Amino acid sequence: MSATNDIPALRLELGEGILSENEFRGENTLNVSLAALPKALTFCKEKLNYELLLDISSLDHFGDDPRFEIVYELASLDDTRHLRFKAKVSEDESVPTAIHLWKAADWHEREVWDMMGIPFSGHPNLKRILMWEGYPFFPLRKDFPLAGRPTDMPDVAFTGVAPLEGGPFVTAPGGETIAKREPRARHQE
Amino acid sequence: METIDTTSTHAAYDSKIEGNIIFTQVDAAINWMRKNSLWPMPMGLACCAIELMATASSRFDISRFGMEVMRFSPRQSDVMIVAGTVTYKMALAVKRVWDQMPEPKWCIAMGACASSGGMYRSYAVLQGIDQLIPVDVYISGCPPRPEALIEGLMKLQEKIEKESSTMDQKRTFFEENA
Repeated sequence: MSATNDIPALRLELGEGILSENEFRGENTLNVSLAALPKALTFCKEKLNYELLLDISSLDHFGDDPRFEIVYELASLDDTRHLRFKAKVSEDESVPTAIHLWKAADWHEREVWDMMGIPFSGHPNLKRILMWEGYPFFPLRKDFPLAGRPTDMPDVAFTGVAPLEGGPFVTAPGGETIAKREPRARHQE
Repeated sequence: METIDTTSTHAAYDSKIEGNIIFTQVDAAINWMRKNSLWPMPMGLACCAIELMATASSRFDISRFGMEVMRFSPRQSDVMIVAGTVTYKMALAVKRVWDQMPEPKWCIAMGACASSGGMYRSYAVLQGIDQLIPVDVYISGCPPRPEALIEGLMKLQEKIEKESSTMDQKRTFFEENA
């Protein structure tokens, strides 16, 4: 038994909401529209018995429109089914919260908000979880430099710009020789 | 009427207590006491803290140096061992604990992260604890072995040995009252 068996029911339920489907090495991914996302999640929790929300994560397709993509990983507690939902989110949109379905969504959504700056509507406590309250940036966005930006909040925290010394140094996996796989400064175009 | 004890002789010539009295300078005595009972404030923030714990336990045993009294209260400690990655979120908490420690106090930056940010060239990590508090001894390593920490503590002992606090106080006292 795998999540593949649930796909027909989801197709019936969501109809036009499913934009595309993908199965790769036994992993099922459904690309849905943001409008259909709450319906899809509710259906999975209440009718298809996906008891577990493993993760909510997000991607920044900087330069594209819509810019962000949000990813939900669902699983059943007997560990036989694993289902992934993806939905595109543009910069001025907010995502409906999933806390009423899974309590686990609370901190995941706070992390997405903290790192990527995607707001969640209906979240009861949407504040930063890793950075401090009042930090002005969203550090995992593509247009945020790795070295950081200076901020200063007296009595709370401050940040500076990290010296990169020619870096960031990145590895090239799959390089032919060890010398080519070594971490090196990324070539500046 | 003030009486002056004329019977006392120089201590060194008294056969009864000779050998129990050592002549020294106040500074030397104070430094000797300070350096042999350094109470550490363990500021364990990352993997260096594991090595710090190993240093304190039986195999390496810093009680040989009188440093086994790990105080989790800053008001009772002498040396803060910053062991690990100091994030900006933690930085002001470290500074606050440091401010609560009574003088005289010393600071050891243990490992690459505490000394310079280490491999974390990132928006989230303070690039060396010396940006916030004065550091006496830097220990290299990622993480340093317990031997390295002990070497650092012995370097700190050597530094304490050379301090001249009462001499300095005396000098300022005379300068201010001149």
